[in-house]
Amino acid sequence: MDTEITLRVDGAAHPLTVDTRTTLLDALRERLRNTSPKKGCDHGQCGACTVLLDGRRVNSCLVLAVTVGDAEVTTSDGLAADGQPHRLHRSFVEYDAFQCGYCTPGQVCSAMGVLAEARAGWPSAVTGDLDDADVDLTDAEIRERMSGNLCRCAAYANIVPAVAAVAQAEGVRR
Amino acid sequence: MREFRYEQAPDAAGAVALLAGAPGGAFLGGGTNLVDLMKLGVATPDVLVDVRELTSREITDLPDGGLRIGAGVPNADLAADRRVRERFPVLSQALLAGASGQLRNRATTGGNLLQRTRCGYFTDVTKPCNKRAPGSGCGALEGVHRNHAILGQTLEGPGTCVATHPSDMAVAMLAVDAVVRVLGPDGERAVPIAELHRLPGDDPSRDTTLRHGELITAIDLPALAFPSRYRKARERASFAFALVSVAAALRVEDGVVRDVRLALGGVAHKPWRVQAAEQALVGGPATEEAFAAAARAELDAATPLRDNRFKVPLARNLVVRTLLDLVEVSR
Amino acid sequence: MTTIDRVVGAGVDRIDGPAKVRGTAPYAYEQDPGEPIAHLAVVQSTVNRGRVTRLDPARAEAMTGVLTVLTPDNAPRLAEGLASDLPVLQSLDVAYQGQVVAAVVAETSEIARAAVGAVLVEYAAEEPDVVLSADRQDLYAPEQVNAGFATDSIIGDVDQALGAAAVTVDATYETPTQHNNPIEMHTSMARWDGDSLTMWDANQGPHTIVNDLAKGFGLDRGQVRVISPYVGGAFGSKAFTHPNQMLAAMAARVVARTVVFELSRQQMFSLVGHRTPTIQRVRLGADADGRLTAISHEVVEHTARIMEFAEQTATPTRLMYAAENRRTTHRLARLDVPPPTIMRAPGETPGMFALESAMDELAAALGMDPIELRIRNEPAQDPERHVPWSSRHLVECLRTGAERFGWAGRDLRPRKRTEGRWLVGTGVASATYPTRRRRAQCRISVDGRGRYTVEIDGSDIGTGAWTALSQIAADALATDLGSIELHIGDSRLPRAGGAGGSTGLASWGSAIVLTARDLRRRLDDEYGGQLPADGVSVDGGVEGEGPHAKTHSMHAFGAHLVEVRVDQDTGEVRVPRATSVYDGGTIVNAKTARSQFLGGFSMGVSMALHEESLIDPRLGHYVNHDLAGYHVATNADIGELDISWLDEPDELANELGLKGIGEIGITGAAAAVANAYWHATGLRVRDLPITPDKYFRELDLA
Repeated sequence: MDTEITLRVDGAAHPLTVDTRTTLLDALRERLRNTSPKKGCDHGQCGACTVLLDGRRVNSCLVLAVTVGDAEVTTSDGLAADGQPHRLHRSFVEYDAFQCGYCTPGQVCSAMGVLAEARAGWPSAVTGDLDDADVDLTDAEIRERMSGNLCRCAAYANIVPAVAAVAQAEGVRR
Repeated sequence: MREFRYEQAPDAAGAVALLAGAPGGAFLGGGTNLVDLMKLGVATPDVLVDVRELTSREITDLPDGGLRIGAGVPNADLAADRRVRERFPVLSQALLAGASGQLRNRATTGGNLLQRTRCGYFTDVTKPCNKRAPGSGCGALEGVHRNHAILGQTLEGPGTCVATHPSDMAVAMLAVDAVVRVLGPDGERAVPIAELHRLPGDDPSRDTTLRHGELITAIDLPALAFPSRYRKARERASFAFALVSVAAALRVEDGVVRDVRLALGGVAHKPWRVQAAEQALVGGPATEEAFAAAARAELDAATPLRDNRFKVPLARNLVVRTLLDLVEVSR
Repeated sequence: MTTIDRVVGAGVDRIDGPAKVRGTAPYAYEQDPGEPIAHLAVVQSTVNRGRVTRLDPARAEAMTGVLTVLTPDNAPRLAEGLASDLPVLQSLDVAYQGQVVAAVVAETSEIARAAVGAVLVEYAAEEPDVVLSADRQDLYAPEQVNAGFATDSIIGDVDQALGAAAVTVDATYETPTQHNNPIEMHTSMARWDGDSLTMWDANQGPHTIVNDLAKGFGLDRGQVRVISPYVGGAFGSKAFTHPNQMLAAMAARVVARTVVFELSRQQMFSLVGHRTPTIQRVRLGADADGRLTAISHEVVEHTARIMEFAEQTATPTRLMYAAENRRTTHRLARLDVPPPTIMRAPGETPGMFALESAMDELAAALGMDPIELRIRNEPAQDPERHVPWSSRHLVECLRTGAERFGWAGRDLRPRKRTEGRWLVGTGVASATYPTRRRRAQCRISVDGRGRYTVEIDGSDIGTGAWTALSQIAADALATDLGSIELHIGDSRLPRAGGAGGSTGLASWGSAIVLTARDLRRRLDDEYGGQLPADGVSVDGGVEGEGPHAKTHSMHAFGAHLVEVRVDQDTGEVRVPRATSVYDGGTIVNAKTARSQFLGGFSMGVSMALHEESLIDPRLGHYVNHDLAGYHVATNADIGELDISWLDEPDELANELGLKGIGEIGITGAAAAVANAYWHATGLRVRDLPITPDKYFRELDLA
């Protein structure tokens, strides 16, 4: 069933017609030809489609496009301001935090979410003391928090320092 | 995915009214499970009524020190809430042990309770499954079932089903005696969480006692005045469903168990309240031997399948270790 | 001859990195075909063996937006001579569950997928035969095993030597079916212009795909162009043509539009191959000092009813250790399963799990340090080919690894260390992978301003080839990286072998070095060392194996040392740290090479602890056919990795002295984990993966 919507993606508004069945991921990839979020499983099991929806990381493959409304969608590509790579982009390249690169934009968006969640004081499954107000993004915390993004090339051991370097710079890692 | 009509309503009552007139319809919350099942052809609603913005996204204090959680509160927000972390650590831990950061951001509290099993026969429409296609049989009973139920299954007849409930959060809520507030065509009602989920019985197609068109609006957590914790065993370190999990709360005074709440996940068609063990423990010593004996009291009734017998000692160990950890915390 | 290092060896950032992190590097589906794209979705067989008795597409055809439904009735005919899984929709016979029996082409992906459910199919089916066992009566010896190795190799009298040995090990190891599961699902987008076919495709070597498309559609190779500059992982599943490429081309021809076929994750479990399960009996005999007198490694594995793929599982055993009496064999069962294929280090990966586990068991039986046992059995030359090594530094890898890991003083006895509720242990295993080179052609052009264009149909499936080949070219042309423009991943480019067998840099790199040398010679000879204003272009390449391949045994080696923790309440396993040391010859890019090593090793940890495709013996399907059911390691499963390599170029291997490093990391890794698990728990789990249920099984509690 076709429906008219307007998607706000990376700072631009895109009026488009979607099927009610169209996911946000397919709207981005197949309708808007935005190649940044990737399809790796289409069921929320790999994280390759991760985007920020009003600043929160979500699996865009499980979000129906018709439900997005006027929420702002940010892809990894959209994190680059004025054509300049984001600090996470540079860190991922510097630490070689990927190989084939297919899961990578999702990893980058997820890392953005991890940093925001840490700033907000959110705990994780490996946080020892739930009463602790400040999050310290240790390696173990980064591993756990990034575990919703599978990397079959298994660049995990490089993703951790890539995120850690930015966390350090942003004051959420001691 | 089957074609469907997408509907929005002005409020929860409007949504309930809309769905009451749509026998093939469904509520859409975060969609993390429903959209997944629609893609698989397991769920085939012809109308989706979006309730994500219609139920409360607030967590409010109850007079007794408990909390009321709006059904629309995302799992991530619930886990991170200060009051939940302080008063119901078992619930924070359960939520954080489940799914991924992305999924927790999107999944709602109400939706989490209504997750459907991840049994591989249920999610594959080309295979027999009494839950999905009543009367087609249970593929898992003699098939691949390492992660299936050991308690309360239906092992023969047209209702045969050995699936487990996948939620971590629901296990913690069961342990703390949550009450689920429901709005239906006939008005509001409160359902103790122990009465929300059901065993397969002779109708595994029904996961819960909710009727069509009933919408979970909030979950009340009665005050819990003693330490609690959640422990989950799984096949990888993160982002995996439980093999077995335990939610526990324990009050110990002078080495004697004064109060205990125990629930198991990954062992049954519903979150499993460990009543036999609870009864065996209260008034007795808070020792490893007593905990082990109590766990046995419950697990003696287990009816494991060919390939999941390990869940019995695993559940026993988790119960004992989690209670011992809580004794440690109580000191 | 080795080139003089300048940028070769440096840890240069990936040149494709900035685009990949933003998501703007176009993978197959993301290319612009220049017209609206139609979508293909497939109807798959739900039975393993039989025949389609009824196929009614009428309801699907009637759906708005459906362009056509392809069935064996109306699908274009493909020419004979294709590999037997490629003639898709050519008959009503079914040979495996998941086989494509019809395909819908529609305006949108939503419509195509929905229409699949509207195609009515009925089958006459036989009971599936899908369970491998070592006592099946129908096991047979294939003519040869993958990569051209002999099926059996028998030297001396193994049984006599085992009978006379002071210490023996006789153990059977099993590895399960595994699926490659690159995160980019196989995707093919086809467009016809007259009789010319263009395909944007996810593969490991465009020329391989061209060959099959040309053959199947009766075209000249020049009429087919396959474009694949960026590929989202492969690990073997994208090495060969699969039904997806044939189908996309077929559908595009029928609807006269660009058609894309993006597999679903679930379809990745039946249409693009898997690693066979293996049952491996290893027998070792040694004298009291631990010197091996006999090695026997007998492998049972499966292949598909319609296609033989024989994994070369026992082949590493032919070279790892010295022993007078040796036997390695492979036997296959033909089952009603989808065709297996190569998966990262086919042969070495399952084979080294068995051999290196058995070596650990032998060390335990001897009361000897397992590193010392390996050093004691270091062969002076290839023990079966009886030729010298081009270079072999396994002992240095083991010794260096021991030092870096802190191996000294390790208690040989198992289950002696605990930390809290964790049982803690350490383990070691060797790694190996063959060094080979394939035929590769290349063109290098220089313009009047000193800008070089290097063209070669290599692939970067995540290996770092974009960057490493640019580095090789820069050095070979005595220029800087910024002056090199590399073109790969397009069948219009000079033909080179695909990415596979860890041969990429050995083959493509050598071709570039030799062609660059030619170009420089021509510039010197014909232009007096000056650049002509309108530039020069030179074609060159290498003709496969180098001159020393026949006279020497060429292999990369390595050592893994691993710490494992096992929760004594739950049987959950963690790998908090590991050290790997490699003898990989010249390292071209220190940064991307390290990623190859640690990625390979991590995939080995994933194999050890998680990966297993579970087949239903009665219904015949892979039950856990998605990424929630088929577990691969998450970030939280991988601990601290200490990766290093010896600085030992192999002067005889190829122009660059490199050995190929894409696969060696996974070899031996699972054995190191399993050996450490034994050291932690005292439990020897010989069937992967080591999941918590097996902890209770081994304790006789389940």
